Amino acid sequence: MDIHALQQIVHKTRDARRKQTIPKFSPADRDQLIHKYHPDFRASAYRPIRFGPNEGDKTVVELATLLEGDSSIQDNADLIPHYTCDVLVIGGGGAGCAAALHAHGAGVKTILATKLRLGDSNSVMAQGGMQISVAPEDSPVTHFLDTLKGGHMQNDHELLKVMVEEGPSIAKWLLELGVLFDRQADGNLHVKKGGGSSKPRLLTCSDYTGLEIMRVLKDEVINQKIQLLEFAAAIELLSDAQGHCSGAIFKDLDNQRHVIVAAKTVILATGGIGRLHIQGFPTSNHYGATGDGLCLAYRMGAKLAHIDTFQYHPSGAVYPEQLIGALVTEGIRSEGGHLVNAKGERFVNELDTRDVVSSSIIRECEEGRGIRTMSGRVGVWLDTPLLDAEHGPGTVEKHFPAMMMQFDRFGIDISKDPVLIYPTLHYQNGGVKIDTNSETNVKNLFVAGEASGGLHGRNRLMGNSLLDLMVFGKRSGLTAAGRVQSMKQGALTLKHVQRFRAEGKKHGNASGVISPMILPAYTRKV
Amino acid sequence: MAEEDVNVIDQPEVMKPRMVTIEIAGKKVDVPEGITVVKAMWYAGMDVVRGVGCLGGFCGACATYYRTKDDPKVRTCLACQMAVQDGMSFTMMPPFPARKATYDIQKLQDPKQDLFNLYPEAPLCRNCNACTEACPQKIDVREGVWKAVFGDFKSVSEMFMDCVMCGMCTPVCIADIAPNLVALYVSRAQGAHFSDKPVGLDARIKEIQDGQYNDEWNKILKMSEKELADHCATVK
Repeated sequence: MDIHALQQIVHKTRDARRKQTIPKFSPADRDQLIHKYHPDFRASAYRPIRFGPNEGDKTVVELATLLEGDSSIQDNADLIPHYTCDVLVIGGGGAGCAAALHAHGAGVKTILATKLRLGDSNSVMAQGGMQISVAPEDSPVTHFLDTLKGGHMQNDHELLKVMVEEGPSIAKWLLELGVLFDRQADGNLHVKKGGGSSKPRLLTCSDYTGLEIMRVLKDEVINQKIQLLEFAAAIELLSDAQGHCSGAIFKDLDNQRHVIVAAKTVILATGGIGRLHIQGFPTSNHYGATGDGLCLAYRMGAKLAHIDTFQYHPSGAVYPEQLIGALVTEGIRSEGGHLVNAKGERFVNELDTRDVVSSSIIRECEEGRGIRTMSGRVGVWLDTPLLDAEHGPGTVEKHFPAMMMQFDRFGIDISKDPVLIYPTLHYQNGGVKIDTNSETNVKNLFVAGEASGGLHGRNRLMGNSLLDLMVFGKRSGLTAAGRVQSMKQGALTLKHVQRFRAEGKKHGNASGVISPMILPAYTRKV
Repeated sequence: MAEEDVNVIDQPEVMKPRMVTIEIAGKKVDVPEGITVVKAMWYAGMDVVRGVGCLGGFCGACATYYRTKDDPKVRTCLACQMAVQDGMSFTMMPPFPARKATYDIQKLQDPKQDLFNLYPEAPLCRNCNACTEACPQKIDVREGVWKAVFGDFKSVSEMFMDCVMCGMCTPVCIADIAPNLVALYVSRAQGAHFSDKPVGLDARIKEIQDGQYNDEWNKILKMSEKELADHCATVK
């Protein structure tokens, strides 16, 4: 049927739906729903990791294969450094920039290496906002409790306390750098309510929060003249005689040469895994989100946490074909947008946590109340025109300019017509286990941002990622910088690679792939 | 299942898929109609490293020039956000060596005057409007440059909130202005120097420093798992 004909049911039922309130699920119902429909509980997609620090732990097959993968470096490779520094930051997104700026600000020699350009990251796409408890009726403690609830009580309490308490000072830092957060008439920061949060707590820059923060941080990294290595993909870490981290090997993607960097401390800020397309899901992630940091840290002996849980953002675009997987910001639901099935019914409280909302969308679709596309996709409607009906004409255009433009390019006016959505692979809830200084169990190896694990428990609350990046980027940068004065550069060896290979052999060898992946293989082979 | 069949969206490209001929950097290739420009390059067997970033229309890595069949007008797009059509011709924009001024945003004494020291070319705009026409984000770039020069930093910061820093406004400028970089400076100056100080934020920072939440923390962090879960359930 013509898409407009199918959309009529959304228009027809809008007024009736506006009078409805959908209660949130009881804890028992919510658990049942998630266990039945959330992709994290699809047992066939998982297998135990055969060896390494997380031996026996289950994760998705795609990731297990990479974690058990082999290094592309021979263990007798020449290790004469091309560069030497105190703090080596790997990754050019939010966490990497925050880490580099703070390390550099502390007066130590800092290099930022990234496999694409500075700033090419998931951070730049963050639309929904950044959770910081600035409203009078809110508090860091409430932020803590909301996050814990969203994370199924599995969050690391210490990491979480640090994050919520340092939030406000991060907001101040960003404001001083010139980030233009939305304001109230009285000059205070405007806050929006996010899914799973009991109080309005989202700081926003319309629906360009991540872009605005990244424009500023990138500019600042360049202004501070921090040494950059762009198009340099990390392919192995280096360890000293004690097994502490002492640098990294990169592949220059322009000329395929190896670049060796000796560093007293290394901060991995390499982001997530969306481009592994776990369980065949489309993704909202950027081109380089291939979990490189997880593989590198794992081979070196760093333990991973919550590596079996991923976030499927409820609203990834399903139509048009060109936008499949692209995110339709949660902000739409924050402002009252309904999720509507093929029968014109709501089926979940739209502001429940992401795992609950995603599970219920999957339920609607599996039980035949979804809308299908001819290319074999299925989804439910997100009633975007409702926002204009509710808050006045022009609301969608004013509050969601990025979304408007994205769909307008394909001839779709989201202020007039609802959009078809289905969960999209969005975030890696777990990652490399860190302490409150962002350090792993491998000395002098830090991990910050999405690549780290523990903070978000089994489901990250909307808006907590941008804050995570800044807080732990900062802490890793400062801790690393604070240490380097009193230490010598360690030797550069590949002992950890030898050890990992030996362990792999005992378990019937590595998985047969080379990791990290660096970039997904999208180029068609004929 | 009759009921389900009703709920299927028509997609002409799926009903009647067809190949179209396009030109990538001058080379003719056949690709499926309707895929994005960047996917067309992958389909043609090209490895794309430079020129792909977020794949979501936000990072500005994939700035591309294109022309449609028989139209002399060369337009701009983001390769991840544009569908190919028959007879289309495109090429990616290489990184353009625009000059970025460096500054310490917090230490500026007179940001509106400093603009002319940092970007002395900014007031030399000759009003050709090429930058506005080149912007894939539909920003009125030329107007923004003038507003910057006249010191209306607030308007510039609002107009350029959509800017993905693709830089397509720079190669076309006959006065060698890099409007996106000018706007970035202006927006940061607006935020750092001309915006209200949020008093609520400072108050919250002080509360935390003064240990106002310590009692509550002590209570919560001592709770058993069960007590904590029950406590969480009371937060509405």
